[in-house]
Amino acid sequence: MIYLQLFVVFFRVGLFSIGGGLAAMPLLQVELSRAGWVGHQEFIDMLAVSQATPGSIGINMATYAGYKTASVGGAVVATAGMVAPSLIIILLIARFLKHYQHMSGVRHALGVLRAVSAGMIAAVTWFILAEALGGSGSAVLPLPVDVKAIGMFMVFLAAYWKTNGNPVLFILAGGLAGMAVF
Amino acid sequence: MDGYFSPSKALISVDSPKPFPWKALAELVKVFFHIGLFSIGGGYVMLPLMERELVQVRRWLTAREMANYYAIGQATPGVIAINTATFVGYRQAGVVGGIFATLGMVLPSLICIVAIAGLFQQFEHLLWVQQAFRGIRVTVAVLLVVTLGRMIRALHPTVGRMLLVAVSFVAIAVLHWSPIWIVLAALCLGLFLAWYREGAA
Repeated sequence: MIYLQLFVVFFRVGLFSIGGGLAAMPLLQVELSRAGWVGHQEFIDMLAVSQATPGSIGINMATYAGYKTASVGGAVVATAGMVAPSLIIILLIARFLKHYQHMSGVRHALGVLRAVSAGMIAAVTWFILAEALGGSGSAVLPLPVDVKAIGMFMVFLAAYWKTNGNPVLFILAGGLAGMAVF
Repeated sequence: MDGYFSPSKALISVDSPKPFPWKALAELVKVFFHIGLFSIGGGYVMLPLMERELVQVRRWLTAREMANYYAIGQATPGVIAINTATFVGYRQAGVVGGIFATLGMVLPSLICIVAIAGLFQQFEHLLWVQQAFRGIRVTVAVLLVVTLGRMIRALHPTVGRMLLVAVSFVAIAVLHWSPIWIVLAALCLGLFLAWYREGAA
């Protein structure tokens, strides 16, 4: 049954996404392509939409993938699955831990987790670079090179680096530039 | 230190679950719906917004409690801002409060995403939409490269940390290991290091 499968997959993603922000992205990519729910390019489109809409990126991606797979019901179930692990854990902590001082040991451990998380996000970034800048659909190296895309990448990278602007406006500008360039 | 803000007060006591706290729950959903709606672009926007609304405007939390919740939210699975919302909901109205606060936080994005995904499915075959998304993919790549650069700088890179970054990159991009095993290994290593350092000190 598709709803149960969605719930289980996103429960697993939610459980192993520690550290917030983009932490869910590497596991999401693996799980979604393994289940065959979302294609390579679609994964990047999902990321764009998730970044440009309210809410956290990981959960927005879960909602999107759930909707793609099983419409509105799928979106609700996928979101619930993604949120459930942290909801349960936080409620347990709030209920049973009165003092949080001994969390300092855990805070030490977070240093390792953050480094590993950055490495995994670097891997996803590599895959997205190959997909966005390469002409073909192969996701290992950006070959054959898409010259227009690379030119646009350089211009936008310089612009974003200089202005440090709003990501939402930036994504919209990318859409307009895409219509003009490609 | 945190005497600047008045002590936080719960809407109802956590220990007295009756009568069913409809008013408190409606208030929680309203507050967190508002926070969820105006946090476009992920956690970096959410957290300052939450701090203003919960600490300064409503005084449900002291600044110090907020910092504690933030630390716990970082060390547990899930999104930091949503974890904080769950905490605050529990404080205000028990387990049901935690669930309703989380619901309020997630609802705006659920509605937006479903609306956009529905629209996108209707228009994705149009040429100009496909061109726009080719451009958007390039900007997503730019945003990720910049974000990744900031993440690595925020690590205060040492040789050991950069080695961890490199190993996990290779494990995912080349060896295609599951991120689950990498996260578990990182947790074990981190807890061991914490234990080792505290033992040595």
